[in-house]
Amino acid sequence: MKYSYYPGCTLKNKAQDLDIYARRSAEALGFEMEEIPEWQCCGGVYPLGSDEIATKLASVRALNYAKEQGQDLITLCSACHHVLKRVNDDMKNVQDISDRANNYMALEEPYRGETKVLHFLEVIRDVIGFDELAKKVVNPLTDKKIGAYYGCLTLRPGRILEFDDPENPKIMEDFIRALGATPVIYSMRNECCGGYASLKDPEFTKSRTSQIFEDSTGFGAECLITACPLCMYNLNKSDADTKVPVYYFTELLAEALGVKEEA
Amino acid sequence: MANVEKQVQLIKDISGSDPYKCMRCGKCSASCPSYNEMDIKPHQFASYIIRGDIDELVESKAAWKCLSCFACIERCPRDVQPGKLVDAARQIVERQREGDYLQPDEIPALLDPETPQQLLVSAFRRYRR
Repeated sequence: MKYSYYPGCTLKNKAQDLDIYARRSAEALGFEMEEIPEWQCCGGVYPLGSDEIATKLASVRALNYAKEQGQDLITLCSACHHVLKRVNDDMKNVQDISDRANNYMALEEPYRGETKVLHFLEVIRDVIGFDELAKKVVNPLTDKKIGAYYGCLTLRPGRILEFDDPENPKIMEDFIRALGATPVIYSMRNECCGGYASLKDPEFTKSRTSQIFEDSTGFGAECLITACPLCMYNLNKSDADTKVPVYYFTELLAEALGVKEEA
Repeated sequence: MANVEKQVQLIKDISGSDPYKCMRCGKCSASCPSYNEMDIKPHQFASYIIRGDIDELVESKAAWKCLSCFACIERCPRDVQPGKLVDAARQIVERQREGDYLQPDEIPALLDPETPQQLLVSAFRRYRR
């Protein structure tokens, strides 16, 4: 199975671990991620204004490229996943945005949201299956208690992203179980880490991440996993007493599959 | 007054949201991670627009303190989506008035070696035109 792959700006720089361990794991799991040539940054935040077109075009170009290849489009970063799925929904269901973006793009065949956008975790759940993943684990992470930190952008709004139940998700917990570890459920797992506020107000984000660590470790988490480079940054900047290591989910995946070190 | 009506309409158009549907249940404010940072709270956004107090909303800190976490949008039982209303207020500042929240000159002092690109692009999108 071959997918068009949209890495996004941060996976080429500060979040290379998220990318590299995903590529190695995909190979071990039997699917191929073909990077979209000349992809452009999604902008990180979906433009909410109903009259914004230009800020959505980078996503439309990537989506249309995948359509032309006849491939589903795979993403890893929470923000890219969020923006691409929402722009795709606009192109499919919001006539005005779709028409105006197509007028600008002037494609031979208009793009109307045909591409299926999948987060890497959705490929594991919906295409490979957690049972199959568990069979391929060679280094089970037995006895590890792991808290899934979903944050905001993988889940909300649930009716557009359709990633999982936005208030009671389980995809990352099922993933943790498939790796042989024990998931830790805690209430802050789908609350915001403070996001981009850390640029101008790092003390505020520290207050958010302290609550996340306090809550998750209070339920026994020994480490957290995330799919978001900005959550990773904010959590790493925490000075909480209860701070525990944070990993990209792909790093633990590669470890469990025995492909963490380059072959 | 005509200008106020125009601004109200503009907020409705940009947000695509209907403030009259708000029943002030407060679920948005209860969910908002930035509640303590905001001078006007999420459950009040709709009433400012209905009353025509656009200047107060547009000049408030609230628009800059929203984190785009979409908790209020997900949890609003009336589909008013307060996050969209305050984003429309932010758009009015950036399109019509002076007052970007982030200036490029500030950036070098705010960087550290680990700053992810995602943080910069997100901040630029939310804090500037």
